[in-house]
Amino acid sequence: MNKTFTCILCPNGCEVSVSFRETEVLSVTGNKCPKGADYVKQEIQNPVRNIASSVLVENGVMPLCSVRLSAPVPKGRIFDVMAEIRKIRVTAPVRIGDILLPDVLGLGSDVIATRNVERAV
Amino acid sequence: MKTIHKQVIIIGGGPGGLAAAAELKKSGIDGILILEREHWLGGILRQCIHDGFGLTRFGETLSGPEYAQRFIDQAEALGIEAATDTTVISLSQDRIVTAVSKNGLVRYQADAVILTMGCRERTRGALSIPGERPSGVFTAGVAQAYMNLKNKMIGRRAVILGSGDIGMIMARRLTLEGAKVEAVFEIQPYASGLPRNIEQCLNDYGIPLYLSHTVTRIKGAGRLEAVEVSRVDEHLKPIPGTEQEYPCDTLILSVGLIPENELSLMAGVQLDPRTKGAVVDEFYQTTVPGIFAAGNVLHVHDLVDFVSLEAERLAKSVAAFLTDGLPAAGIQVETGGLIGYTVPQKITGKQDAVLFFRPRKPMRDCYVEIRQDETCLLRKKYPRLLPAQMETISLPAGKLISDSHIKVVTSLE
Amino acid sequence: MTQAYDVLIVGAGVIGCTVARELSRYRLSICVAEKGPDICMETSNRNSAVLHAGFNNRPGSLMAKFCAEGNRTFDQVAAELDIPFKRTGKLVVGFTPEDMEALRGLKEQGEKNGIEGLEIVGRDFIDRKAPLIKGNFAMWSPTTAILSPFQFTYGMAENAAENGVQFFCGSEVTGIFLEPDGIYTVVTKSGTFRSRWIINCAGLGSDVISSMLGIHDYTLYPCRGEYYILDKKLKEMLPLPAYPVPNYRTGGLGIHLTPTLDGNIMVGPSTEYIDERGDYSTTRRILDLLIEDGSRIFPYLKQEYFIRSFAGIRPKLSPRGVGGYHDFVIERRDDTAPRAVNLVGIESPGLTSAVPIAHEVIRLIKEAEDLEENPGFNPIRRRFPSFRDKSPEEQARLIRENPDYGEIICRCETITRAEVLQAIRGPLGARTVTGVKYRCRAMMGRCQGGYCQTRITELLMQEKGIRPEDLIYERQGSYIFTGEVRKK
Repeated sequence: MNKTFTCILCPNGCEVSVSFRETEVLSVTGNKCPKGADYVKQEIQNPVRNIASSVLVENGVMPLCSVRLSAPVPKGRIFDVMAEIRKIRVTAPVRIGDILLPDVLGLGSDVIATRNVERAV
Repeated sequence: MKTIHKQVIIIGGGPGGLAAAAELKKSGIDGILILEREHWLGGILRQCIHDGFGLTRFGETLSGPEYAQRFIDQAEALGIEAATDTTVISLSQDRIVTAVSKNGLVRYQADAVILTMGCRERTRGALSIPGERPSGVFTAGVAQAYMNLKNKMIGRRAVILGSGDIGMIMARRLTLEGAKVEAVFEIQPYASGLPRNIEQCLNDYGIPLYLSHTVTRIKGAGRLEAVEVSRVDEHLKPIPGTEQEYPCDTLILSVGLIPENELSLMAGVQLDPRTKGAVVDEFYQTTVPGIFAAGNVLHVHDLVDFVSLEAERLAKSVAAFLTDGLPAAGIQVETGGLIGYTVPQKITGKQDAVLFFRPRKPMRDCYVEIRQDETCLLRKKYPRLLPAQMETISLPAGKLISDSHIKVVTSLE
Repeated sequence: MTQAYDVLIVGAGVIGCTVARELSRYRLSICVAEKGPDICMETSNRNSAVLHAGFNNRPGSLMAKFCAEGNRTFDQVAAELDIPFKRTGKLVVGFTPEDMEALRGLKEQGEKNGIEGLEIVGRDFIDRKAPLIKGNFAMWSPTTAILSPFQFTYGMAENAAENGVQFFCGSEVTGIFLEPDGIYTVVTKSGTFRSRWIINCAGLGSDVISSMLGIHDYTLYPCRGEYYILDKKLKEMLPLPAYPVPNYRTGGLGIHLTPTLDGNIMVGPSTEYIDERGDYSTTRRILDLLIEDGSRIFPYLKQEYFIRSFAGIRPKLSPRGVGGYHDFVIERRDDTAPRAVNLVGIESPGLTSAVPIAHEVIRLIKEAEDLEENPGFNPIRRRFPSFRDKSPEEQARLIRENPDYGEIICRCETITRAEVLQAIRGPLGARTVTGVKYRCRAMMGRCQGGYCQTRITELLMQEKGIRPEDLIYERQGSYIFTGEVRKK
């Protein structure tokens, strides 16, 4: 089978054409870097995504702390992960990189803070 | 009222201003002051919580707040002075900056002024979409600020007008928070945002993108109840009979960004009608000596990494301006074919120059040429040119054959 | 049984608020019942913002009389209530011999109405006054002025409140009953009121209120006018209102161009009878027409200057097909509704005529009973100091006295936190987003709230203790948030 993907790993957005049988990649063209080949292979075998969201902060100078995942998770689990993120509550101060929920749903990815939120005085 | 002297005043503490400040300091310039109207430094990045920033500048992918924090930390480490909650209300040609904060009204005299005020969003009014005036119509950036900074949910069933990057990112953000995003409509026959965002923000969530469509009517006396969408012809005029109604409570507008140049105009800075930003030379100096501009206030960028890099280049030339002065740029850069604009708009010709440009339409396998006196100085092949993406072409000084203007044009062969 | 008011005024538009203020000169207990969530929400804030001279109306009509009088006496009203206005004068421009004929007729009519200074002028005069306006000749009206209809209405209302008038918003009147004791019971959506007198100032709903009073003679025909608002960049280009020769058959004054006090330009209004009286829609067809028609007088109308469009609705007594102007109805009908003053069909020039109309209401009340002067009446109302109108030295002083002046909330219009807070905390303070906007101009600039609306909504919720899902933009049901992203 042949398929063309838009690689999302960088802003170049290369159009990568791939020929494959089941989940075995036969050839890849159109990628400007090796990551493009890895990307389409992953897309064919098990597409993964990172997501960004926010969690509630108590006693902070802002109501929310933005978060992302330390590693992408399978596309099909995004909404399950969102449900977990929605439950998180943290207390200020929060620092960038703080792990707010380790190994979410056993997917090997942590929910980490992407914003410093100071304590409200 | 007393006037405080500063070597450099930077108006706007977003990614452009922060990068310029750090680079200036590293070049040995002291007496730098950043004036920021918000309570926090970081500019619009603070609300851009999605990732994808920093690949070019840092070699890793970061969210907006993380990317901003790196520059804020750097500025702090370098001891750069920044006044937040401080709004500049006037700027004069001789670089007098008037700013207000709760501490009072202060007048500064700067040797150089750096404009890094960023941009604002086009509104419904600017598009003059007919219909009623219900609540529930938000520009993408306002929607983003409400959801990511103010913890406010803005609707349950949304339609997005315009395929700008922030609009697509908000389509995903709303979907993740449980809202239903019906579709994205784009009046042009091509998307205005990056291909990767079409993929990861729309396709991933099954949100359709309709090109050559626009919203032709807004319905709802209190809250938005529906939008009427029509197909448009090649002149972008709605085609009667193609109207279709989409019930929704939210309309997100992602229909363009406009450099925010009110202060620049006060100072007499000449603007380029194509970029809506200042006309600058390769040193990022505007038509007013000692006033420089970079980032989205100069021309709307596709990526923040390029804003930082541009501001860093600007800082180097401001340092040169303050120490040795800058040569005049006498060679105009004109555009032709499907080149929408270039930055800079004029060059000295005495050193190698990099020209940034955007095409007016998507093109494949095309060439961009630089011509002078009817002669082609150089040409470069581009497998794909998109209006969504800023491109560059380098011009070595040795290629120039005279002092007359140069022209950047597209050609298909 | 609740205490009865002496006077209940239905409607808090410019007429209701002016009647309230003028009546507060007397020892009366007065309340105003307004159906909207704020005052000044319909016809009073959706018009050309012009203080008319009075030459457009038929000699002998109330319209002609009150308009001329309202214009003549406005300086004092504006001084008392700190209402911004400017006597720019106005040009009615013409191109053809027929236009000249019509302008001569207009001048004659104006002179019959007692308007001073009207002149037929040539191109050289137009060149001196407003060189970019097209036209071969014009009628010059020196007394026409531009004003802020918001500040006019808020000024009246705030001064009325200062003098003891109570305002009840969200109080749509659903029934009026004359009780055997001679007191009216007024049922509204916020509760029941009792009052000896009823003054119907309900504008677009005045025919409905009239029927509730038992006077079934009137039907209003809503006639919509759409407008464009242009960016302040054009400020210098249009120093005064420019009108075409009116075609009275249409029921409007023709598509004209009016500068606002803040330097924007308004283009409009169209004249279109509509079926639904609350339909403030703008339409592509009419918006295109505004540009086409407006460009005949002022050929500089470009899409990039548009910052907003809006519509207003004229409460007309003259139906579709008839057009033109029916005179104001201001009457007492003791046979069916004793102690009620019924005002119906108060359309243009209602804004200009507001004070004389209020005096007519008082005259009609005085015919029935004596009114005792209120010795405590204070005619003075002052606007909260506006930061951007001040010199740098005064600005510095304002910030020293109130640091909230040092926080610019609206960058396009340079509106400070102090002014936004005043719009919320002041007398009859805003509870809605547009209420803040019209009181202090925040969000009226070219970014239309892109920068400041997140701050303004936050301040409104904080100050008024409003839950996110209860905050409204303008009208009933215009909620802004469906809740919070993360619930506490």
